[in-house]
Amino acid sequence: MRGDEQEKHWALLMRAGNAGDGESYRRLLRQLTPVLRANARRGLAGAGMADTDAEDVVQETLLAIHLKRQSWDEDAPFGPWLRAIARHKMIDALRKRGRRITLPVDDFSEVLTDGSGEPNMLAADVERHLEVLPLGQRTIVRAIAVEGASIADAAARFSMTSGAVRVALHRGLSALARKFRTEEP
Amino acid sequence: MRTDDLIRALAADSATRPLSLRRAFASTLIPGVAIALCLYLVFLGPRPHVLELLAEPRFLFKVCLTVLLVAVSGKLVLRVGKPGAEIRHAALLLAIVPVLLGAGILAELLTVPVGLWSQRLIGTNALHCLKSIPSLGLAPLAAILFSLRQGAPEHPARAGAAAGLLAGAIGAALYATHCPDDSPLFVAVWYTVAISFLTILGAVAGARLLRW
Repeated sequence: MRGDEQEKHWALLMRAGNAGDGESYRRLLRQLTPVLRANARRGLAGAGMADTDAEDVVQETLLAIHLKRQSWDEDAPFGPWLRAIARHKMIDALRKRGRRITLPVDDFSEVLTDGSGEPNMLAADVERHLEVLPLGQRTIVRAIAVEGASIADAAARFSMTSGAVRVALHRGLSALARKFRTEEP
Repeated sequence: MRTDDLIRALAADSATRPLSLRRAFASTLIPGVAIALCLYLVFLGPRPHVLELLAEPRFLFKVCLTVLLVAVSGKLVLRVGKPGAEIRHAALLLAIVPVLLGAGILAELLTVPVGLWSQRLIGTNALHCLKSIPSLGLAPLAAILFSLRQGAPEHPARAGAAAGLLAGAIGAALYATHCPDDSPLFVAVWYTVAISFLTILGAVAGARLLRW
């Protein structure tokens, strides 16, 4: 797909997600991931840094896309919004790692994804980010993210209302984003 | 956490729909402005015969200019929280205010004898103006910054400055209907200082509060 068409397709998925279609939204995030990963690797490499942190940058960017999705106007083009978020998180990541660098503004929808997927993670890494959350939020986020429980499953398992599960999940994700932002290298 | 797992959690969370920026803006700005309005009514209040004064060109100019600043800075604030949004146009539009003020100053200098210039400039209430505009703008500033936190400002300090400018403009528009000094010379000096103070305050606060 050409960059322009691809962005229109993403905008379509995002609108569907906003209208409550979780599956379209999930498909969107999965399609964005390889593009963000290539972008993160290139950004880190351009700053002369090892790309071992690329997956962290990808996750920070996905969290920002999710938590700030209301800042995209449904009738605005999707590409400039996405690039601005990715750029912002890339700069943030470099700054956190002790570099002050200005990135070129380029059109990464044209970037060829290199085909390599997510690197394998050690079990310790899986827990690393979740550890920062308070116990209640950690349990919920782990059940839904890692174990694949639905909101209803989690509610039944922990004898909570589904509203309370939603709140814990949302707070957990927001806390994760905050933690990413302030974490020292 | 694996990225795929994170995506699963994000998708599960997507059912919790966040407030649209416009609505977040309205729902905080309305109480913010209400506080400013209460302070205005309790401590300042309109000048006597304020409606009749609208026939007086200097007074009308002053009020219209501050209201115009509210409009153009408000347009800017609605955009700074949206990544990738076109803001150059809204930023350039701000220039209309100093241009009009310049024209007002010129008209004042041409119609008022030189001997009165400094008296018009210093006015009777400069200190009051410097205190009142920031005081009136403080609650709106807090409200605007709070609503911008829902957005994703690419440049937190600049977004904060835009918030401060709008808050200053709101304070100035209210204060303009109270202040007896109508000369564009007075407005150009003291209103500018007071609004700049809030703009700088907004930039400093924004740099801390609007990071994401």
